[in-house]
Amino acid sequence: MKMLQTNLHEIETAEELKKMQEDNPNLMVCCGRMGPMCIPVYDIMEELEEERENVKFAVMAFDTPEAGIIRNDPACRGFMGLPFTMYYKNGEVVAATTSIQNRQQITKILDEKF
Amino acid sequence: MEKIFDVIIIGGGPAGLTAGIYSSRAKLSTVILNEGSYGGQVVMTNEVANYPGVELTNGYILANTMKKQAKDFGCKLLSNIKIINYDIKSQIKILTLDDGRIIKGKSVIFATGGRPRYLNVPGEDTFKGSGVSYCATCDGDFFSGKEIIVVGGGNSALEEAGTLTNYATKVTIVHQFDHFQAFPAVIEEANANPKIEFIMESKIAELRGDESLKKAIIENLSTGNKTEMPIDGVFVFIGYVPNTEGLEDILTLNGNNEIIVDMDMKTEIPGVFAAGDSIAKRYRQITTAVADGTIAALSAAEYLRTKID
Repeated sequence: MKMLQTNLHEIETAEELKKMQEDNPNLMVCCGRMGPMCIPVYDIMEELEEERENVKFAVMAFDTPEAGIIRNDPACRGFMGLPFTMYYKNGEVVAATTSIQNRQQITKILDEKF
Repeated sequence: MEKIFDVIIIGGGPAGLTAGIYSSRAKLSTVILNEGSYGGQVVMTNEVANYPGVELTNGYILANTMKKQAKDFGCKLLSNIKIINYDIKSQIKILTLDDGRIIKGKSVIFATGGRPRYLNVPGEDTFKGSGVSYCATCDGDFFSGKEIIVVGGGNSALEEAGTLTNYATKVTIVHQFDHFQAFPAVIEEANANPKIEFIMESKIAELRGDESLKKAIIENLSTGNKTEMPIDGVFVFIGYVPNTEGLEDILTLNGNNEIIVDMDMKTEIPGVFAAGDSIAKRYRQITTAVADGTIAALSAAEYLRTKID
């Protein structure tokens, strides 16, 4: 069941996330809630989705058991702020951020890693 | 032929979107230039329960509906805009964007809004997301069983401190004055909460740690003494600052850098109006921003009808 009211693709299961990693060499996934720190990141992703065809953008609801695949990822150790945002290159985590990020911070990672 | 808009609106929060709805519905060619995401601070609100005529909703949905309304009435929306030059004193107002584009219009409404105020102390940026937070609802559960500080003395700070006691074992409120600005009932509730303690007339001077936040350096503002407090988290609720950087030499701002307008939302420059959280006013609610935006759009329409050749 979808939980996030965004125009981005919502990943619902850990299996689906793995499949997306296989299908998309450059994948950005924002794992959060419909909260004030997360929504601005979703908005930026929606805008970037129109501009960057080489990157697949998706979201995942933080509170679902399936999102444990992100919550428990070693790259998120010590994270104490939503959202957890993951950047996967050929299935490997190449960057991960915690809490709200602005457009400049996000595009910097996209430019450097993808 | 070069496009000259009737109304240029700067900012896409409730004030700007409302101005866009009104002016485009009045068949005025209108463009909204927005730097960040549409909705402004409204999207930072989890629950909107007091917007008349709308049952409990969230800020994202409310803002998106406003955006859709503006668009449906023919308002043009441009996002991720950065304005680098304002030439707004002549009858035709000219704005230069950082990508070289020029936007021209007969009137301008500034609805640039505000943003949360940060502590601006060493360590704040470093520990954002690993101890420093600006949202209790979002991050409160990461601090279950831990000790935290809440900075601020208004309604938000005291209410969020109460929320955070659902998770933390102890919440220490650090406030710069010897009294709170919150409503009496809110202060009473915080005083009655056994998990909340207070450090008054003090500020956070520095945040320290390794991979995550470990200590706050607290400075007593009357004595200047600094003490070190072991801490797991700091939540910041110290109000908002208006987004008026770069307007100092163009418009009259007050001591808080807010734009001064009259009751019709007019600035001192003919054809230039302002609305919402960026103007000098006492109350800042979604409803007041929407009202400001309405008045600014109607004033702009009147200006176009009566003052433009």
